[in-house]
Amino acid sequence: MWERKPVLLIVLATVAILIGTIITMVLPFAWVNTEADRIESVTPYTALQQEGRDIYIREGCNNCHTQTVRPLVPEVLRYGDYSKSGEFVYDRPFLWGSKRTGPDLARLGGKYPDAWHYKHMESPRSMVPKTNMPAYGWITKNQLDPQMIQRKMDVLGFPYTTDEIKALGDKNEMDAMVAYLQKLGSDIPWRAAATTEIVGELINPFTGVDHDTMEPWEDLYKENCAACHGDHMEGVIGPKLVGADYYDEILFQIIYTGIADGGMPSFSNLGTDKVWKLVNFIRYYGQGEGH
Amino acid sequence: MENQPYNQAIVRSFVNWSIVWGLVAVLVGVIVSLQMVEPDLNFPPYFTFGRLRPVHTNAGIYGWGVGMIFATFLYMVQRLCKVPLWSDKLAKFQLWFFNATIIASAVTLLLGYTTSKEYHEMEWPIDVMVVILWVVFSINIIMTILKRKDEQMYISLWYMLAAIIAVAILYIVNAAAVPVSLFKSYSAYAGTNDANVQWWFGHNAVAMVLTAPFLAMFYYFLPKSTGVPIYSHRMSIIAFWSLIFMYLWTGAHHLLWTPVPDWIQTLAMGFSIMLIAPSWGSVFNGYLSMNGQWHQMRENYLVKFLILGITFYGLQTLQGPMQAIRSFSAFIHYTDWVPAHIHMGTMGWVSMIAFASIYYLVPRIYGRELYSIPLANLHFWLILVGQLIWSISLWIAGVLQAGMWNAMNPDGSLTYTFMETMVEMYPYWWARSFGGMIYMTGLIVFIYNLWMTAKKGGSIAAQTTVETTTVEGRA
Ligand code: HEC
Ligand code: HEC
Ligand code: HEM
Ligand code: HEM
Repeated sequence: MWERKPVLLIVLATVAILIGTIITMVLPFAWVNTEADRIESVTPYTALQQEGRDIYIREGCNNCHTQTVRPLVPEVLRYGDYSKSGEFVYDRPFLWGSKRTGPDLARLGGKYPDAWHYKHMESPRSMVPKTNMPAYGWITKNQLDPQMIQRKMDVLGFPYTTDEIKALGDKNEMDAMVAYLQKLGSDIPWRAAATTEIVGELINPFTGVDHDTMEPWEDLYKENCAACHGDHMEGVIGPKLVGADYYDEILFQIIYTGIADGGMPSFSNLGTDKVWKLVNFIRYYGQGEGH
Repeated sequence: MENQPYNQAIVRSFVNWSIVWGLVAVLVGVIVSLQMVEPDLNFPPYFTFGRLRPVHTNAGIYGWGVGMIFATFLYMVQRLCKVPLWSDKLAKFQLWFFNATIIASAVTLLLGYTTSKEYHEMEWPIDVMVVILWVVFSINIIMTILKRKDEQMYISLWYMLAAIIAVAILYIVNAAAVPVSLFKSYSAYAGTNDANVQWWFGHNAVAMVLTAPFLAMFYYFLPKSTGVPIYSHRMSIIAFWSLIFMYLWTGAHHLLWTPVPDWIQTLAMGFSIMLIAPSWGSVFNGYLSMNGQWHQMRENYLVKFLILGITFYGLQTLQGPMQAIRSFSAFIHYTDWVPAHIHMGTMGWVSMIAFASIYYLVPRIYGRELYSIPLANLHFWLILVGQLIWSISLWIAGVLQAGMWNAMNPDGSLTYTFMETMVEMYPYWWARSFGGMIYMTGLIVFIYNLWMTAKKGGSIAAQTTVETTTVEGRA
């Protein structure tokens, strides 16, 4: 019957399409981003952060980076606490992404010091030699446009002060980007909660190993630490490690849990074995014994 | 058959322009694939990976995919209704407006004007253009159908009408945004809601752009090429209604394990698995129509494209539901497995059917037989091999990557750092680029073949009546 009546076919097809649409797309508005979802500590973006977010969108960073951590063990270990709906209420558009060519950035805020980001954005390969992330140093040359940003804040309905807008005048796009990256995922105090308690006595499993055994451990240092502490532990973004005179257990603790407010990331995801290797490597070379 | 003034010229123009955008898509695809292995190939500000990748995806889906939808729908609607187009002027406007929209999209994306929503990246002024374009197209198709001579509507027309309505709804709802300036807007939805609306759109763009219209082509061009009707009319009715009903429930399979409410994810998972039935309904209908005709796979290059195309569709619609299962998604989501799935669909299913449609149309729109059948066969093998290298290398890469991301030491720590997993991808990404270049070579062979056909082409009008009798099946 409908095969002879195009208008009827159109009506029936529209109904067929709308049923699933209404149930799975329209109805959820009743549950999502409601009071029940709200998280007290989650705040709107500042003018500078919002501008950074818009540059992130403009450059299509979302084509390589996701921004949502799933509640799966390896994922939480790698990136941090899993994402909650209430953390995204100010995100227009959402930036969860669909492909992880680079790591997830949902919990990036506070992982690195600002200086690390400036350097990494300017030249990712100087920090992580084998990365395929493009260099974005050129955005440093672009000054921000305070008027435009004010308009954006008005449209979004986010609070701002006139001083805040004025201050944007001497900032460039890189400042905005870094401000945004540091905000990511740090509205909820997950870092403190996630700090791994080290239980039991710490015993160095590698005491007294010799130079030859240690040599291959240099790669561990190069890949994970050199970007901040320098190729020869001379210090760059992080302090020099030459002469760092700590007990093994303290060193282990610093590397394993990081120094949350100091910009030293936690390396617990390397596993205890590798962290102990690094402890011994730093003790050995850092104290000039090997060189 | 009476000699009606069907509008063939517009079909030819749409075919030609789709091929142009198809070549752009594939070329940019090869470039972005090389940028993934050699970051020095990023040339800021306009030609970085982040800006070029959307140019690739949109040129592929909208330039090549939708261009071919326009070409074939405008052709099929005239034949199936046995009347010329309702308005030639409108169709001509549609052609130029289509190209203007694609060019405007590519230029604005390179300039960094983007919403970031996948397959909907273009900013709001372009959305307005897209809506105008679609309305113009819909009016012409629907009006032509309304004044048709053949009362019964063939299967292809159902899929066409459903796709026309669905795309309109999907595109407009997902476009809702508040403009700040001419080239910047903020989504009308926030966070988790925005994600849910986007993937309701995203998955159904796959359904209503990359599936339903290509099924319409398949149902038309297969019987036309083999000379035998579709096996079962009843099967196509059931497959049609269940397909368009079920697809709309499945968007959240792109959002498994995210903060989107669990029940939406579970519904999406269930409906994705049920989708195997209507999808394979069409696959079986295609295969069974070949009963007693399998020898044509050897003799008729057209049939080869169509049958390989529907086979990739069959594989795609088994793999897709598998990816929609929570446990499997936990493993492969975000990895390189997914691009392999996508490209089996786009380079295999969508493009194979599009190539077959063009080959079928060649004598009708260029007024001359194809320049070289051996070249058509070469084209077939190059794109088949290119696509298989592309997908197989990334399936392996995806599984490897997923395995490494999830590997844990006995003490509960992760075995690999992110970079340790990423460097393992490089060989596979090289292989992908290599497969892509083979595919691109195939495409160039195809274009050369058409070029030679057109160059030597005689008068077009003289050829239009050589149409054989209609072979649309009516069970
Ligand atoms: C071609 C893909 C690609 C693009 C595009 C890209 N990145 Fe990356 N990004 C990577 C890869 C791979 C890594 C991991 C290695 C490294 O640190 O460079 C990374 C790492 C990062 C990190 C460090 C994350 C961490 O936890 O160590 C940040 C921050 C970052 N990217 C920000 C950005 C921003 C901002 C943009 C857009 C301006 C961007 N990326 C664009 C691939 C990409
Ligand atoms: C993102 C940059 C960064 C990386 C990567 C990094 N560190 Fe640090 N590290 C720092 C900063 C910054 C400090 C200073 C923190 C403070 O004292 O507040 C620091 C402090 C330290 C200290 C204490 C030094 C002292 O004199 O107090 C040790 C030891 C150390 N890091 C070891 C490592 C090791 C081993 C690695 C590699 C596994 C590493 N760091 C990777 C930035 C980094
Ligand atoms: C030679 C042929 C092609 C090559 C080399 C190629 C290459 C690529 C590359 C490198 C990506 C990015 C993958 C990633 O981010 O990991 C991509 C994504 C994509 N391509 Fe292609 N491509 C080709 C053909 C096509 C065609 C013909 C179409 C469409 C008709 C298409 C549609 C897409 C889509 C939709 C995506 C997005 C994937 C996603 O969102 O995860 N591609 N392609
Ligand atoms: C029954 C049919 C299908 C189902 C259930 C299905 C399922 C899925 C799922 C679950 C994903 C997400 C993978 C992930 O990110 O983890 C996906 C991605 C995708 N599929 Fe399919 N698929 C089907 C058929 C097709 C077909 C026929 C095409 C045609 C080209 C296609 C094209 C795509 C594209 C382009 C994406 C990428 C979306 C993105 O950007 O992330 N799919 N599919």
